[in-house]
Amino acid sequence: MPMVDIRDVRKQYDDGFEALKGVSLAIEEGEILALLGPNGAGKTTLISAICGITRITGGSIAVGGHDVIADYRAARRLVGLVPQEINLEPFQKVADAVRFSRGLFGKRGDEALVERILRRLSLWDKRDSKVIELSGGMKRRVLIAKALAHEPRVLFLDEPTAGVDVELRRDMWETVRELQRDGVTIILTTHYIEEAEAMADRVGVINKGEILLVEDKASLMARMGQKELTVDLVDPIETLPEALSDYDLRLTGDGTQIVYSYDTRAERTGIGRLMGMLAQSGCNVRDVHTAQNSLEDIFVGLVGDQKKEAAA
Amino acid sequence: MNLPAVLSIYKFEMLRFFRTILQSFISPVVSTSLYFVVFGAAIGSRIDQVEGVSYGAFIVPGLVMLSVMTQAISNASFAIYFPKFIGTIYELLSAPVNFLEIVLGYVGAAATKALFIGVVILGTSALFVDLEVQHPGAMLAFLVLTCVSFALLGFIIGIWAKSFEQLQLVPLLIVTPLVFLGGSFYSISMLPPAWQTVAYFNPVVYLVSGFRWSFFGIADVPIAVSLAAIAGFTAICMIAIWWIFKTGWRIRS
Ligand SMILES: Nc1ncnc2c1ncn2[C@@H]1O[C@H](COP(=O)(O)OP(=O)(O)O)[C@@H](O)[C@H]1O
Ligand SMILES: [Mg+2]
Repeated sequence: MPMVDIRDVRKQYDDGFEALKGVSLAIEEGEILALLGPNGAGKTTLISAICGITRITGGSIAVGGHDVIADYRAARRLVGLVPQEINLEPFQKVADAVRFSRGLFGKRGDEALVERILRRLSLWDKRDSKVIELSGGMKRRVLIAKALAHEPRVLFLDEPTAGVDVELRRDMWETVRELQRDGVTIILTTHYIEEAEAMADRVGVINKGEILLVEDKASLMARMGQKELTVDLVDPIETLPEALSDYDLRLTGDGTQIVYSYDTRAERTGIGRLMGMLAQSGCNVRDVHTAQNSLEDIFVGLVGDQKKEAAA
Repeated sequence: MNLPAVLSIYKFEMLRFFRTILQSFISPVVSTSLYFVVFGAAIGSRIDQVEGVSYGAFIVPGLVMLSVMTQAISNASFAIYFPKFIGTIYELLSAPVNFLEIVLGYVGAAATKALFIGVVILGTSALFVDLEVQHPGAMLAFLVLTCVSFALLGFIIGIWAKSFEQLQLVPLLIVTPLVFLGGSFYSISMLPPAWQTVAYFNPVVYLVSGFRWSFFGIADVPIAVSLAAIAGFTAICMIAIWWIFKTGWRIRS
């Protein structure tokens, strides 16, 4: 059973805008899933729907097997949310804010736990400070501390590192990994590809209210390991030389370019031999260049396809 | 029942109150004293007695009601409006709590604060006039019920309001006139007959009348009617809040 089971979820806002157009996604216990998508893709809407902040207009969501509407108490007890905006009571003390959250989620006070959470997030020294006295990065940590106060099994982090400096970002990543070691399932949204790469076990790409792809980061990375070598020829050729038939080549640019796809992580890339054989076949090489498939390319490609479909 | 949640909300709200406890204490003392100086001395010297009660004592129940109602409304409406305004309401909406627990926390705290102020005013009044309370049980019941029901009303206003202006508009334009016209400072029987009829459409009349009866045994309307009115008012507010949370009106997108 998936920890979070999202089935054909739709959300139409009151103004008629459809922010989620039938999203299905199964998130397994203990994994870190990154939801990657541009602004306005529907990431926050999806998280809000799971956490009960937004009402869905179609489909169903279950957390830990509990429907988030019919069995909202059981579902919500499992979930912690770190919202995108820094929404905090300005005059509340840091430790009080954490205690408040714990109580709100139905747990009895536990000072030892509050201390552990505050120490883990480097907030212990600030426990008696008012929220308003903290820096932006510290406030974000308070949000995380509050979300962890009731020991959730699933943690949602909505763009946790937007506008956060590098140091805090590294800290936050470290915290997230520690939580994963404790068995917490983590879903984070981001529009930084770098973040998805650094953190996630799986990456889901969302755009315009639709999930375009969900894939293991490893296989995504394998796709990213693909590189293309383009050889510009002085004189155009009609067909590829016979001798090169065992290479996976494409002839483009009206016969002036040969494109070779290869895996950068393979033991032999075959580039040296290819160049030698080209020379033997009498092809005059003007220039060579290479390009790497990054997650960004894959992402831009996916989003581009979706645009073309929409236009068609 | 998520009791820790109720207590968390209640404690949080009361903490805000305790931070400004001196202010919360002094302002009703000062305003009550002013009322006695103005009404008691200036008007009271002309109106000697109302229905056998000295004018100074006669206005005490109305004075308490006036403050308790406005305090309950402003405390409860602010308590729920503020999280909406600064965005912290996300936590409330994502927590395993139902509407009853939220209401118990917020309305309970707002009613407690209003009750505190009501008691302070009563105490201050006792310094100026001789107060007799014929039915202490009924007095307490009316006081508590008024605190609760008006806190419920304030809670609804806080959810409805989309701006600080709106938050203050309803108390200013509707509640304050109703309270002033509700016989806080006079007996309904002192009005011309046509206005007496109008007055009976004002729910505050029933509260003030019942509350005053618990002091002096005199009432504008039968005590049972007063009780029924306040119970009905409380029930209407509860149903409205239940509906608000069921539909997510103005809180859940
Ligand atoms: N309350 C709302 N009413 C109408 N439209 C909304 C509302 N909230 C968000 N939207 C729209 O829904 C889309 C998705 O928003 P959001 O989920 O916040 O995207 P993301 O978090 O991926 O940036 C956006 O086009 C946004 O304008
Ligand atoms: Mg967002």
